[in-house]
Amino acid sequence: MPLGLLGKKLGMTQIFDESGSMIPVTVILAGPNFVVQKRNIERDGYEAVQLGFDERPERNVNKPDLGNFRKADAPPCYFLREFRGAETQTYEVGQKIGVCDVFEDGDRIDVIGTSKGRGFASVRKRHNSRPGPKSHGSMYHNRPGSGGASSYPSRTWKGKHNPGHHGTERVTAQNLRIVKRDPEKNILFVRGSVPGANNGYVMIRKHAK
Amino acid sequence: MHPLIREAEAAQLRTDRPYFRPGDTVRVSVRIIEGNKERIQNYEGIVIARRGSGLRETFTVRRMSFNVGMERIFPLHGPRIEDIKVIRRGRVRRAKLYYLRDLRGRKARLTERRVSASKLEAEANAGQAALQAQAALYEAPVAEAPAEDAAAEAKSE
Repeated sequence: MPLGLLGKKLGMTQIFDESGSMIPVTVILAGPNFVVQKRNIERDGYEAVQLGFDERPERNVNKPDLGNFRKADAPPCYFLREFRGAETQTYEVGQKIGVCDVFEDGDRIDVIGTSKGRGFASVRKRHNSRPGPKSHGSMYHNRPGSGGASSYPSRTWKGKHNPGHHGTERVTAQNLRIVKRDPEKNILFVRGSVPGANNGYVMIRKHAK
Repeated sequence: MHPLIREAEAAQLRTDRPYFRPGDTVRVSVRIIEGNKERIQNYEGIVIARRGSGLRETFTVRRMSFNVGMERIFPLHGPRIEDIKVIRRGRVRRAKLYYLRDLRGRKARLTERRVSASKLEAEANAGQAALQAQAALYEAPVAEAPAEDAAAEAKSE
């Protein structure tokens, strides 16, 4: 059942395991999820389920969207994403999915989120370039380096490491381990860190590798 | 901090830790697992620092072992710590006693802090109250959370 879940990163903390070791964990609120739509081959050309997460007051939803949620008999949600695969067709539209319906303790998962925005960042931060010498008259401390050679190619190669916008992009953290689950509160405790800021939305799926 | 994280941390907080502060000599009983065997090892020394708060609080214990200084850092709420006993109270004027690292022998000794039994008890009570308050503060949202869930559920249906 390689269906995933949608969730919200709440923040990080630590828990002690049975042997008393301290484990750094990210706490993810991952439910309840609702099946809002199903895609099938005849109509859409692929198979998938669309899940919704984070309930939203009806007065905040525009009428076309509200119609979709009504049709599925699911509460309006802020965060909607699809999970593909034939296996997902076993779910019914409108079904409510909790953390324990999908994942077990010890499962390996990938968590997909939107990384924190860094704005217009220099090559130091954006491409991990090393600083130049600080002294001996170097005058070359934090520069992006040469734009390229002269007569050939007479232009700058594509992909040249330059300053620019950094962050706020889709990032996948792979092969994280589920340390603990709380079915009542729909919380996952995942070992290690997860992309994005606290209160950011994340997609959780079974590990791809 | 998110209330659900606080709650998760509250569940792990230990309220059975005694009151002690930097300068005190303590005996820490650490549970050690070797293969299948489990035993308790005592580690005795001077507390030279306490840092962090809540679940993440740690303390550093320094002792001289065969004339070599040795420091161990324990998580205050770690489950492997069976017990902490205060053996001697030291009179110190700093929160972090890192200067002890540069001193040896007689100079590295601290004078004992002599206080009346009633004051000691008051201190211990205050310390215990603080631990309880921490746990209680963290536990407060527990009662509320299910009610909220129920309300949200009722709404959705």
